[in-house]
Amino acid sequence: MPILLELFLTFAKIGMFTFGGGYAMLSIIENACVERKKWITHEEMMNLVVIAESTPGPIAINCATFVGYKRGKLLGAIAATLGVVLPSFVIIFVISFFLDHFLEIVWVANAFKGIKIAVGILIVDAALKMLKKMNLTPIQVGILACAVCAILLISFFSWNISSMVLMLSAALFSILILPFTKSKAKEGSKT
Amino acid sequence: MIYLDLLLGFLQVGCFSFGGAYAAIPLIQDVVRAYGWMDEEMLTYMIAVSESTPGPIMVNMATYVGAAKGGILGAMIATTAVVLPAFIIIILVMVVMKKLLQNTYVKAVLSGLNPCIIGIILATGLWMILKNSGIASGSIDILTTFLIVGIGAIYFGSRKFKKRGISPITLICLSAVVGVIAYGV
Repeated sequence: MPILLELFLTFAKIGMFTFGGGYAMLSIIENACVERKKWITHEEMMNLVVIAESTPGPIAINCATFVGYKRGKLLGAIAATLGVVLPSFVIIFVISFFLDHFLEIVWVANAFKGIKIAVGILIVDAALKMLKKMNLTPIQVGILACAVCAILLISFFSWNISSMVLMLSAALFSILILPFTKSKAKEGSKT
Repeated sequence: MIYLDLLLGFLQVGCFSFGGAYAAIPLIQDVVRAYGWMDEEMLTYMIAVSESTPGPIMVNMATYVGAAKGGILGAMIATTAVVLPAFIIIILVMVVMKKLLQNTYVKAVLSGLNPCIIGIILATGLWMILKNSGIASGSIDILTTFLIVGIGAIYFGSRKFKKRGISPITLICLSAVVGVIAYGV
C-alpha cells in the first residue's frame, strides 16, 4: 500500500476510535504507530508527547502531523491530519443536523458510560508505558510525584489552574538546577 | 460575514489552546459567546456531544459550531481553522528539531518536562477512574467500580496470554458493549 494511503487510513481509524480527548488517543497511537507499524520509536513517541503538550492545538492533530511528516514529509503530514479529522467531521456533521436528542437515546448513553471506563484505563496505560521506557533520575521522580499530586488536588478542589502552569514550573525548575546537575555529570565522567 | 467570523474565531482557538481539549473548552465557550453563535443551552449540549463522540474534542466542537452557523462550508472553514495552527507549528518544530535536541538548555527543559507530563497524564487517568467509580465524590457506584476492575483486569491481563494483549480499539468496542448490557438491564 502506498505510504500516503496507509497514513490516511491508519489515522482515520485512530480518529474513529478516540473518545474523551487526546490522552486516551496516546495509547492507540502507541499501539498503531510504534508497536505495529514501527513508524516511530518509543523515544520519538516521548518527544512527540512533549511537543504535543507544549504546543497549542488538539493533541490528535499534533500527533498526526508529527508521524505523517516523519514518514512522508509535507504530503504525509497532510494525509495523516486529514485522516484523523475526517471521521469526526462526518459524524458530528450528521449529528448536528439530524440527531437533535442524540445523547438522550438510552443505549447510546449507556455505551458512552461504558466507553468512559475504557478511556480512564487507556490514559493510565499510556502513562505507565511511557514511564516504563524511561530511566528516571531521583529529581525526575520528584517532579513526577509533584505533578501527580498537583493534578489530583486541582481536580479534587476544581481549582482553575491550567496544566500549562505545571509544565512551565517544571521547565523553569530544570533550567535553574542546570548548573548543579551539569557539574555532577562532569564529576561523574571524571571518576 | 459568518464565514470570516468562523475562520477568525477558530483560528484564535487553534492558536491559544495549550494543554489539550479540557483547557480549550472554556476558550471555545468564550469565542462562541463573544460572537453570539449559540445560546447557553445549545452550548452545553454541543460540548456534551463533542466530548462523547469520537475524534478530537476541539475538532468536534469546531465542526458542530461551523455546521450550525454556516452549513457544510461553515463546518469545513471552522475545522480547518482550528487545525491549521497546530499543523503549521508541528511542521516548523520538526524542521528545526534535530538541532534543538542537541541544545543543552532544551535538553534540560525536556528532562524536567518529560516526567511532569507523564505525571499529568497519569493523574488525569487516575482521576477519571476515581470520578467514574464515584470514589472522588464520596458515593461509590458499585456496578461501575465492578466494571472498572473487570475491564481493567481483562485489558492488562490479556498481555499475559497474547504478545501485545488486546488492542485499545478492541477495548473501546468491548466496553461500549459492556456498557449497553450492564447499564441497560
